[in-house]
Parts: sequence; C-alpha cells; structure tokens
Amino acid sequence: MQDFVDAFRFIADNTALLWSLTLDHLALSGAALAIALVLAIPLGVTLGHVHRGSFAAINVSNVGRALPSLALISIGVAVLGIGFVNVMVALTVLAFPIVLTNAYVAVDGVDQDAVEAARGMGMTGREVLWKVELPLALPLIFAGVRTAVVYVIATATLASVAGAHSLGDVIVDQATYRLPGVLGAAICVAVLALLAELLFAALQRAVTPRALRLEERRAPVMLGDPPLTKERTAPT
Amino acid sequence: MIPLAAAQPVIPDFGRGSSCVRENGTFCWDWVSAHWGDTLRPALVQHVALTLIALAAGFAIAFALALAAHRRGRLTTPVVLVTGLLYTIPSLALFQLLVPFTGLSRTTAEIALVSYTLLILFRNTLAGLAGVPEEVRDAARGMGLTRRQLLWRVELPLALPAIVAGLRIATVTVISLATVAVFVVNQGLGAPIYAGLQQTFKTELIAAGALCVALALAADGLLVLMQRALTPWTRVARSR
Repeated sequence: MQDFVDAFRFIADNTALLWSLTLDHLALSGAALAIALVLAIPLGVTLGHVHRGSFAAINVSNVGRALPSLALISIGVAVLGIGFVNVMVALTVLAFPIVLTNAYVAVDGVDQDAVEAARGMGMTGREVLWKVELPLALPLIFAGVRTAVVYVIATATLASVAGAHSLGDVIVDQATYRLPGVLGAAICVAVLALLAELLFAALQRAVTPRALRLEERRAPVMLGDPPLTKERTAPT
Repeated sequence: MIPLAAAQPVIPDFGRGSSCVRENGTFCWDWVSAHWGDTLRPALVQHVALTLIALAAGFAIAFALALAAHRRGRLTTPVVLVTGLLYTIPSLALFQLLVPFTGLSRTTAEIALVSYTLLILFRNTLAGLAGVPEEVRDAARGMGLTRRQLLWRVELPLALPAIVAGLRIATVTVISLATVAVFVVNQGLGAPIYAGLQQTFKTELIAAGALCVALALAADGLLVLMQRALTPWTRVARSR
C-alpha cells in the first residue's frame, strides 16, 4: 500500500510533467483518431447505404483486431523509423477498422421498413441517407467511435517505446522514475482512459433517440460480427 | 558505460553473420533461421502458454458469472460495470498497477490478461443465452426437460455461435496484449520485440511482430473452424 501512497505523492510533486505528457498523449491520440474517423466513417456509411462490400467491411475489422498493437508499432518503427508521425500512422491503422465496421453495420442494419417508408414518401436516396438512415444509425456509429477512442488512448501509452511522447514515457522508464513514478503515471493513464470512456458513453447516450434507448435496455448487447448483423436485419 | 556496451553489442554476431545481417537489411531470413531455435521458438511457445492460461481462466470465470447472471438478471449490471472498468484500463498501466501486489512475475501478467477477457466473454455468453427464442424454451420444457437439461442441451448449444464470437475477440485481444506483458515478465513474443526496439538491427523486431500477427490470425481461423464443426446447423440455416 505504501507504494500507492508514494505514487500519489509523485503525482502531486510532478503535476507539470504529467500534465504536459497528458497533453502530448491527447495530441497523439486525437490526431490518429481524427484521421481514422475522416477516412472510415464516410466509407463505412456509403458502403452501408448501398449495402455493398459487407465481406470486406466486416472482415477488415477481424484482421484489424488481430494486429497486435505493440507488434504493429514496432514494425512501423522498424520500417518507417521512430517519431510522432509514424506512431500516429500506426494508431490510425488500429482505429480505422473498428470505426469502419461499426459505421457499415450501423447503416446497413437500419430497419428496412423505415427505409421503404421513407422512399414511399418520395425521398431521394440522399434524403433517405441523411434524414432516416444516419439518425437511426448514429448510436451504433458512435459506439464504434467510443471503442476506438478508448483503444487509441490505451495504445498511445505504448508510443513511448517508439519515440513519440505520451504518459507511457514515465511508465516504461522505471530506472528514472522508480516504482512510485511508474505507478503514478499508470494511475493517470487509467483515469484518462476511464474519463474518455465515460465522456463518450454520455455522448453516445445523448445522440441516441429515446425509443432506441429503451430497446437497448431490453436486449443485452453482444460483441462480435455476423450474428449481430443478421439479427438486426432480420424481419420479425 | 564501456563494459555495458561490450556486453550488449548493438548488432548481434557483428562481423560473423551474412552480408544482410552485417549491412542491417530490412529483413534477413538467415538471421531468422539461425535464431529460430534459441530466440523465436521459445518466445512463441511462451506466448501460446501465456495466452492459453489467460483464456482458460478468463473463460471459466466469465462463464460462471454469465450462468449466474442468466439465472439472476440483477447480477448483470454490477458484473458489466466491474469488468468494463477493468477492460478500459490501458494494459501497460494495469500490468504496472499489479506489481505492488504480485511483483514482476508471470502471475501479474496472467491476472491482467484474464481481466481483459472477462467483459467480452461475459457479455457474449449472456447475450447468446438471452438470444434463445422463448418458443424453443417452451418446447424443451414441454418435452419434460429439467432446468439443468434445458441449459446444457438447448440453451448453451444455441448460444455457441455468440460464445465463440466472444472467444475469438478475447483470443486475439490476449495474443495482442501478451506482448505488452514484457514490461513485467520477460516472456513471450514481447521479449524479442522489446529487445528489437532497443537495438538498430531490424530483423528481430519484424520477425517477432510478424509471428505475433500470424499467431493471432491462426488462432482466429482455428476458432472459426471449431465453431463450424460444433454448430453444423448454422450452415444449413445460412445456405437457405
């Protein structure tokens, strides 16, 4: 327990250092996430809207999940060299499949009766997408964003071994900071990840239409791919 | 500094290896074949062991919790909250936070790895059980099955695809995170990856990283095959 007391003392004594590393951590994560979102959401939404490319859109996340983060960052370091941009590229590669698959599944799985009704009301394809499919798909798209945010913030900790700065700098440098420093930084990272999770959980709730919220409470959510899509598209 | 530098040459076997190793090419096959037996294979075996132990323990805990929550719905929320909290803590941080309790040991690594499987396995098992159609349950009860028989003969087989989907995610996650365990215990594929990061010689890093990716893909493929073998009826349903 004394170790944890020392850890909190370390946090109190080194607020400036930890704060600046936190900002580096957030800058790295934010940059990688921004690129991944800009690339993956339009692609996933478009594919889902035309119901094409399900094999690719779903399998890219299976392969993406299989990429061990430390291995990917290391290989990136070996091939591209160390530095902020290279780690950012590795993080983007890790975040992209999560966001893409969720965006695809979300739009592809929108209740076809609702889409039919919208068409019957004379909406064009573009209007169906913007006024019907996107609002209904938003919670699930957002779930992907939330997963990616937490994943990238966690993985950015490893960036320290690849020459980019993050809170991991302290965690992997036990020689300099000793156990209290390592624990203190570990606590900071854990709190950062939990705050991000809570923030995005609240945001996800905020973008969920009330009717869908109730539905979600009734059915337990499952992680994983084919059964999820199948059940969502199946007519009653 | 000098004895340290002499003890750990930047490039292994400097001057004795092939031209590729001496010139530090991007990837040297002859280094891999020369060091397969003393570096890569032991690391791979340790990695598989770390993964299997974590999965077995994680599955046992999550499965028991899911069965309990399936019977008593009130348990679901607290279990999801606690396992979700564990799942959110970044791996590097969690490994270190356990060090004061279990030291720099394999136990530390396993506890952290197990804690990452719980949320996935629990949620998927429970969702699989909850997804069993009510008519099927009624039919089974009508045939005179006891509660236990209903669970093991009807509900669990029907939940199998969801359970395996969870196992696939958990397996790949553990294989990935086990590389990070190198910061608390010098075992698994993280060891050559970390060693590779400390030197300018690239082959060790790439070889170990690629092995890790290959292991994850192979394990994922194996679980898909296992699910197909265990649930022949899903293929019939799909081909319709």
